[in-house]
Amino acid sequence: MSNKAASAPREKGAPLLEIRDLRIEGFSDDEWHQIVRGIDITLKRGEVLGLIGESGAGKSTIGLAAMGYAKPGCRISGGSVTFDGIDLIAASEGRRRALRGSRIAYVAQSAAASFNPAHRIIEQTIETQLTHNLDRRDKAEQGAIDLYRRLQLPNPEQIGRRYPHQVSGGQLQRAMTAMAMSCRPDLIIFDEPTTALDVTTQVEVLAAIRNIVDQFQTAAIYITHDLAVVAQMADRIMVLRYGKLVEEAPTRTMLKTPQEDYTRSLWAVRKLGRSDRPNAEPVLVIDNVTASYGGAVKVLENVSVRVPRGRTVAVVGESGSGKSTLARAIVGLLPPTSGQILFDGTPLPPALKQRDKETLRRIQLIYQMPDTALNPRQTVRDVIGRPLEFYRGLGGRERDRKVGELLRLIELDERLIDRLPSELSGGQKQRICIARALAAEPEIIICDEVTSALDQIVQEGILKLLMRLQQEMGVTYLFITHDIATVRAIADEVVVMHRGKVVEQGPKAEVLSPPHPAYTELLLSSVPEMDPDWLTGVLSRRADKGGMRASGN
Amino acid sequence: MTTVEDRQLRTEEAMPKARRTRLSLIWRALRSAPLSAWFGMIVIAGYVFVAVFAPWLAPYGEAQIFPEPYAPWGGQFVLGTDQLGRDMLTRLIYGARNTIGIALVTTLLSFAVGMSLGLLAAISRGWIDQLLSRAVDALMSIPVLIFALMLLSTFGSSVFNLIVIIAVLDSTRVFRLSRAVAMNVVVMDFVEAARLRGEGLGWIMRREILPNVMPPMIAEFGLRFCFVFLLVASLSFLGVGIQPPTADWGSMVRENATLITYGDITPLLPAAAIALLTVAVNFVVDWLLHRTSGLKDEQ
Repeated sequence: MSNKAASAPREKGAPLLEIRDLRIEGFSDDEWHQIVRGIDITLKRGEVLGLIGESGAGKSTIGLAAMGYAKPGCRISGGSVTFDGIDLIAASEGRRRALRGSRIAYVAQSAAASFNPAHRIIEQTIETQLTHNLDRRDKAEQGAIDLYRRLQLPNPEQIGRRYPHQVSGGQLQRAMTAMAMSCRPDLIIFDEPTTALDVTTQVEVLAAIRNIVDQFQTAAIYITHDLAVVAQMADRIMVLRYGKLVEEAPTRTMLKTPQEDYTRSLWAVRKLGRSDRPNAEPVLVIDNVTASYGGAVKVLENVSVRVPRGRTVAVVGESGSGKSTLARAIVGLLPPTSGQILFDGTPLPPALKQRDKETLRRIQLIYQMPDTALNPRQTVRDVIGRPLEFYRGLGGRERDRKVGELLRLIELDERLIDRLPSELSGGQKQRICIARALAAEPEIIICDEVTSALDQIVQEGILKLLMRLQQEMGVTYLFITHDIATVRAIADEVVVMHRGKVVEQGPKAEVLSPPHPAYTELLLSSVPEMDPDWLTGVLSRRADKGGMRASGN
Repeated sequence: MTTVEDRQLRTEEAMPKARRTRLSLIWRALRSAPLSAWFGMIVIAGYVFVAVFAPWLAPYGEAQIFPEPYAPWGGQFVLGTDQLGRDMLTRLIYGARNTIGIALVTTLLSFAVGMSLGLLAAISRGWIDQLLSRAVDALMSIPVLIFALMLLSTFGSSVFNLIVIIAVLDSTRVFRLSRAVAMNVVVMDFVEAARLRGEGLGWIMRREILPNVMPPMIAEFGLRFCFVFLLVASLSFLGVGIQPPTADWGSMVRENATLITYGDITPLLPAAAIALLTVAVNFVVDWLLHRTSGLKDEQ
């Protein structure tokens, strides 16, 4: 152990962090707005507190304020933050800086964006120790390697010598936890550390984090919008909304008897579901398609999928499994090297350029990130109006009337018609993307992870909307996702993909119930459940089976 | 079917924030402009005013010659006369018209050429991009002033030739910048969405990409305008630019340069006019760059 004083076992129970009536304001549109409106937090040593809520609830802002920090454009306007007897708001910047990194650490959502790509991982892991003069270099490196081992990174002696781009996302997230742990801090703030990861990787990072926090008796604030994740990690949960506390309770109590409607609505998406529907004639048949990016590596290998008309087919798999590539092959962005795609019984021309306007109209694609899928300089009128104008030659008043109709259809206010995307919320933007696809009156809509960038509640709204539209218009969905809860909610049929191949496909009930092929089993068992003992259970079951674990890379 | 999300958005966000008109947005931006930007805008407005109304403002004709060369300041000629006996003030006023006019037309032309090729290269990639980029590299490898001198002495220095040659040479820089900025935009999903919709190249260029590359290009326009302006003045000073008797500031400096030896600052006046405009334009451009780069002051 590198730092005797700090790594000695600490009493759980003495209060470490006290936040009283915290108020934070943010500056936008020439005004100060309240972001956090009077929050009280008491955190004891060794305790893990979960903060949950949708985006804009002020979770991250509170997390940063716990370090005495306010983002540019924000100010702490009232209340107190006391860390181990030190008033962080009154303390000098130098004093605060001395605490950060050494006694309070922070793990950000995107490890890839937080590591400096020009330095080796181990250099960055021990940097804080060296700048705070806590240890000599060789001892610090030993400590880092020890942490890598505890976090179950493969090849702990060597992995630090790599650069950030040479390891996977899950490994990098664990390396970042090691970085935060390197000074044996009293408090770590985890800001959505697993949100950007695949479910299969998420399990391992969660287990690693929980382990190490346990071992060193570190207090932690765990910020997330996923209740199932926080259930595994936290001793106590605070539900936030609009910068105010909605509800606070120990984890088990909260899960068993949530007091507020809002808390219950947080896991509503997990309760969505649809009854089985009879099979239908296929509208899209993907027949033995193989595709590759420029040569050697096949990203799709002999993929065959049948999409029945008016139904929803969900394609699941972790990132890199070829789900999105399949979508690109269907829309013509990546012509397959062999095999063919039949649409309505006739083969589709493989390349985009060979397809006529009518074919393009009938197949629409909705993207994962509404931020990049909408032109920031075009108003809602332009975005939704263009397909109307382009495919159907509508113009002027008639076009505007139709745009208004579509806005009502997607449950948005017609007055939003002159807004720019930057003036809309994430959920509204995704609805606009849906309206743009609908404006073309397509027969099939390919949804590429359309809900994964959104909060749970917003997700629920979008999924309900998509289901309603299917009922009213009979449109077919090919729904690409990595989230099993979403699949349960909307799919008729499920296709499981892994490394460019179809592992399993069939009706939802069949695929989601045992027996499973090994990969489906891994995928399904990695989805966090509301049960706080779920993570422990999964890990022990996997340990029993031995070697079932995917090794995180 | 009102979800929690909708309720919240309708009450908290959608209602009070009515869409702002373009005019009020511009006014908001102007109100927050720093003093230096205001100074720059006022100076530019002054220059434009003088350039547009030159015939009414100038006391004499542009090429009107009086029998007294090198007249001192004051009296009949406020700023004296030049080596041929033409009124300095009149020539300064007409010079604004000619020099600024030519520089503006040249810059506009160079942007039209440079940007359309730059966007084309960014969208098409492949061999079109390679061909254009390498051709631009080749053009850029020759110093602009020397290249312009060479071309102007070959083709003769008419105003038309001057504009075309400088515009072509200058468009290489515009090409580079617009291509680089557009490269970041063409990879966005909305461009792919437009392509999937079946839109043509022109529409994607004009409607999807152009509006998103405008802010840096406008800032660049101001900077390039200054450079073109200086280049025209330099060429005139060297004798291949705007030809007499047309008044322009570069050749006015050259023709009266000998006066400096006698302690007369008259030839420095056109130089000062050039300097003041350059500074003013740069103040405005600095402000625009600051606004578009997103480097806002911390509140």
